[in-house]
Amino acid sequence: MTDIPVLGFIIQFAQFLLDQLPVIAHSSVSVSIPIALAGLCGVVSERSGVVNIGLEGMMLTAAFVGWATGAAVIALMGPSPATPVFGITLPLLIALAAALLSGVVLALLHAWVSITVRADQIVSGVIINIAALGVTGYLNTLISGSSPNGAGGFKPLIIPPDIANIPFVGWLINALFNQGPIAISAIILIIVVQILLFRTKWGLRTRAVGEHPRAAETVGIDVVRLRYRNVIMSGAIAALAGAYLSMESTNSFQANMSAGRGFIGLAAMIVGRWTPVGAFGAALLFASATAIGRAISFGAPDNDMGHFLQSIPPQFFDALPYLVTIIVLAGVIGRSIPPAADGQPYEREAAA
Amino acid sequence: MTDKPTSAPEPPPVSPTNTQGGRGATNMARSIAGQAWSVLAMPVLAIFLALIVGAVVIVLTSSLAPGAKFDLGLPLRAYEALLNGSLGSADGRVTTLVEAAPLILAGLGVGLGFKAGLFNIGAQGQFLIGAVSAVAAGVALRDSGALIAIPCAVIVGGIAGAAWGFIPGALKAISGAHEVVTTIMLNFVALAVVSWLVVGPLHQPGSPQPITPDVGDAALPILIGRDGHIGIILAFLAVPVIWFLLYRMTIGFEIRAVGANPDASRYAGMKPRRLVALTMSIAGGLAGLAGTINLLGISHQMPASYSTSVGFDAITVALLGRSHPVGIMLAALLFGMMRAGAGLMQINAGVPAELVDLLEAIILLFLVASPVLRRVFRLRGVKSSLGTTDTMSRTYGSEAIR
Repeated sequence: MTDIPVLGFIIQFAQFLLDQLPVIAHSSVSVSIPIALAGLCGVVSERSGVVNIGLEGMMLTAAFVGWATGAAVIALMGPSPATPVFGITLPLLIALAAALLSGVVLALLHAWVSITVRADQIVSGVIINIAALGVTGYLNTLISGSSPNGAGGFKPLIIPPDIANIPFVGWLINALFNQGPIAISAIILIIVVQILLFRTKWGLRTRAVGEHPRAAETVGIDVVRLRYRNVIMSGAIAALAGAYLSMESTNSFQANMSAGRGFIGLAAMIVGRWTPVGAFGAALLFASATAIGRAISFGAPDNDMGHFLQSIPPQFFDALPYLVTIIVLAGVIGRSIPPAADGQPYEREAAA
Repeated sequence: MTDKPTSAPEPPPVSPTNTQGGRGATNMARSIAGQAWSVLAMPVLAIFLALIVGAVVIVLTSSLAPGAKFDLGLPLRAYEALLNGSLGSADGRVTTLVEAAPLILAGLGVGLGFKAGLFNIGAQGQFLIGAVSAVAAGVALRDSGALIAIPCAVIVGGIAGAAWGFIPGALKAISGAHEVVTTIMLNFVALAVVSWLVVGPLHQPGSPQPITPDVGDAALPILIGRDGHIGIILAFLAVPVIWFLLYRMTIGFEIRAVGANPDASRYAGMKPRRLVALTMSIAGGLAGLAGTINLLGISHQMPASYSTSVGFDAITVALLGRSHPVGIMLAALLFGMMRAGAGLMQINAGVPAELVDLLEAIILLFLVASPVLRRVFRLRGVKSSLGTTDTMSRTYGSEAIR
């Protein structure tokens, strides 16, 4: 091992990545979607000054509600025809709506506790996480006795091989668009929110309220209303991430299926410096670590480099997103600073 | 040690009827009762309301289970089974203590953090690191006699947990990285570390499953019942120790001062940075000890998929106990009861054991909404329940502590 030139090693690794690029890129995007949505949820909420640790619980609840509603609708109406593209059915749409609604309800609770009651926002978020785990676990155990059939899931867009094989860009098109409707709309949503946040009145107001709510109020912005609206939006986005888990990337629900993705999303938000596109980039980075880890365990090349890669414990790739976040938070590589009023309850001067 | 675990703290007498004795004694009794009322009213009310909401949930959801029908008596039977499973038998009472012990230790850690204005969500990670380190030490010393193996393994577990707690403390002290985020991240890193250790270096040779060897001599001796191990005593001893540290030692005064107002404490000559790192280390050590006694006392070997809810229950316990060592002990006993009785509840009443998680969340919800409860129930002079957590969110967006 010691007499391998480092350069040759890097070349071998690049060769491996290039060989596996279509696979790695596609699974990176798939893995990154719930993380990026969770990050976006965090951005929308925290930019207006409300910490949302509860997004993990909102995701989990939405995943469960979506799946359970789908199962209930199927049991009541029976299966219905699916559209040829995306495999959309009426039960699936109803399930998606129910999932979004559940996210909004939890977000309303969080907004009420942290904006109106002015209680601790982190405590409120932690409570939502514990509650989601308890409620979904409880109901799942109750329901699973009758082993209901879910409503299935959304299907990915099929990219014709002609397009997927276009040199240089085919893999990228395949990675981004050989996805289900939630994933594709997530990518669009991220870009839209990025533009909204930095190019519109709503975005300016959101950022103002997140940095200095009192100053924002003196120019006539209703801080409470804006925060309510943003937290509710963030709940819907977290719910979309949850729906993706139980209705698109898989067709079923397992206890605690969000498995910390909401927290990785929080990490992506921080590494992406509280911007939607930054959070998506960080999510892609984290997801590609997972994807490369998977590619290595499935088919590392049979040379020195491959053996070296296989000697890296797979847990290292699991822990990487969290380590990167800690390093970024500690300011070792480029410091990431939250909005100034993040986490602080706002009290109107007149009311005080 | 074998005294009966108390259930939920009893509602204190509202109007002292003690008319015997002098005026001074009456006044004192009245003031003690008033104080107890102001401290206990909110947690007891939250527990009571949560039980009611839980009952409603049980009734509403019982029809979801296959072959079940609407049954108004079900909640009572469920709660009866919960009580029977935890306090109804000698075995149940021991299990309650066994379940409560790690909650006391980890809850004390989280509560200590609250006192210093820190939200230690990392009890889970500190628990796991403490547990796996204690097992590693126990496996290494498995044949060297209990007198050497047990103290060494326990100390290693505590120190490893403290080291894991020191990381977010130091990060906060040096760079201002908020402990809520770093501890959450470290929880997942701890999970990966445990998985790597158990699959790799600590794997039991020849075993098809990813599991460590047995800790042998380092297993904690059983004192009562089937698994009433000596770690229970350690947990109950930690209560007066932490109380003494918080309320009778300079360091405890400084911890509370930093939690109440970091700026003022700095002007008074204290060193908030050092105190933050120290507090997180002690908190981590306590959570690490919780993991240590669970592994050395109950399972004796650690599978890669070892899962526990102690780290998160500890947060509930600390909040419900208002971060006071005695309150934490009572709250831990309550949750130990619920965890111990959950199995029998599932068997006898057909209510999933996850109901305990549900009750936990509802209790927390009522606690966080205590300003509203106070208004609704017109409880004047009752302390709002999350009094000690004010500084945490406020520091979230701010710069590094100085």
